[in-house]
Amino acid sequence: MESFSDYIKGYASGIKSLLVGLRTSMKVFLEPKITEQYPENRHTTLHIPERHRAKLTMIHDEENHHHCIACGLCQMNCPNGTIKITSEMHEGADGKKKKVLVKYEYNLGSCMFCQLCVNVCPHNAIEFTNDFENAVFEKNKLVLTLNHKGSTLAK
Amino acid sequence: MNQAFLDYYNLQPLLTAIHTWLCGFMPEGLAIFLECVVVGIIIMVLYAVLAIILIYMERKVCAAFQCRIGPNRVGGKGGLLQVPADVIKILIKEVFKLKNADQFLYGLAPFLVILASILTFSCLPWHNGGEILSMNIGILFVLAASSIGILGILLAGWSSNSKYTLIGAVRSGAMLISYEISIGITVLTMVMLSGTMDIHGIVTSQANGWNIFKGHIVAIVAFIVYLIAGNAEANRGPFDLAEAEQELTAGYHTEYSGIHFGFFYLAEYLNLFITAGIATTLFLGGWMPLHISGLDGFNAVMDYIPGIVWFLGKTFFVVFLLMWIRWTYPRLRIDQVLQLEWKYIMPLSLLIMLIMAVCKVYGLVF
Repeated sequence: MESFSDYIKGYASGIKSLLVGLRTSMKVFLEPKITEQYPENRHTTLHIPERHRAKLTMIHDEENHHHCIACGLCQMNCPNGTIKITSEMHEGADGKKKKVLVKYEYNLGSCMFCQLCVNVCPHNAIEFTNDFENAVFEKNKLVLTLNHKGSTLAK
Repeated sequence: MNQAFLDYYNLQPLLTAIHTWLCGFMPEGLAIFLECVVVGIIIMVLYAVLAIILIYMERKVCAAFQCRIGPNRVGGKGGLLQVPADVIKILIKEVFKLKNADQFLYGLAPFLVILASILTFSCLPWHNGGEILSMNIGILFVLAASSIGILGILLAGWSSNSKYTLIGAVRSGAMLISYEISIGITVLTMVMLSGTMDIHGIVTSQANGWNIFKGHIVAIVAFIVYLIAGNAEANRGPFDLAEAEQELTAGYHTEYSGIHFGFFYLAEYLNLFITAGIATTLFLGGWMPLHISGLDGFNAVMDYIPGIVWFLGKTFFVVFLLMWIRWTYPRLRIDQVLQLEWKYIMPLSLLIMLIMAVCKVYGLVF
């Protein structure tokens, strides 16, 4: 008798879990679909997740100022040697010597998008953007200079 | 009850008129031969067109259940030409011969599968007066003819001289033979309710209410059991052990290519349609319109919708139910499949038959 009641209980719980499965899949059936029709919708409904890491950029404000103090932490932390910083020593008005960024070179071809450089930056001078259409025909076009021409350190 | 609506779109007078017209200028034997050829061509064309529609539907429904949109590039918006393109691709592929295979059986197997499928296909009650194969043991004939398909699958697996195909065929044989018991019992239950085995008779007996309403709870449970067993009969997930891509590449039809593979593929989708069509005939009234007693205006409007629309509509509804099941559940293991049949589905269907007999005897059905 024990085993018969187990059989009935198993039957009932099985049917219940099957119905839960059917309900779940019907919910998905009625949901809006997540497929991106990519080349057609690139200017209309394209949705790239906000945290997607596509390309490293240096943040510049309207007056062409960036926040990079050329400390070199990003270059030291990069596992692939993707970042190369060129800096100069300048003497300020108060007589203190200061490092100034000349060129921030970034090789998109060897970047593995680990985000260590962004995490380590003490001034939040760099970030990853969603700009993902980066294919080019020549390898040397992947080497980018991130600081804009004539930009200076923000005060 | 007023049953004048049965004559609205009856094809029988038209068919008789064509027959007498043909007999007017040729011997009757020739006339019947010509009619058979025309009907045969109609069945083949319908078969191919329905297969294309079903494959397209399967892709779209499957995509929707997986939160995608499915084929959408070939042939404008909606990918309507995707399946015809695939059909052409399969037709122009080479049909090759295997070394060390049993050539005769290897060539015969796909034709057996498609033969079983077309035979059962032509038993469906398409329209009032539009039955193709009609006899007084119709539903028994459907059960018998659909069993030829199992023979085709076993032969395909055996003659291909490959381990994958053999394992797939043996699995599928064990499964199909088991599930045929449940199908047989549920079909018998509905035959008991209708009081006839003739497919046309079963449909006309539902003129005053579909069987699923007449047999209330018992018929609904029988409908569910029939859908489960029918899904297994059509070799579709969660019972697609015969194919089991991860384990057996493609199961019994691994070694086939081109049009021979196309036959298996076609038969698989049409078996889905046939399962749904038989379910429609037995439970949902075939080509009978929906009537709600008391709403005469509504009933009159329903009567003006032709039978073929009702039949196809209901059948595609059942096909959708089967696809819903397929794309919801993961595949069962072979022991689980047989356990499900012998320990759960078969006792349940026997119980249904018993309860239906009691209900019928004591007049507890409508």
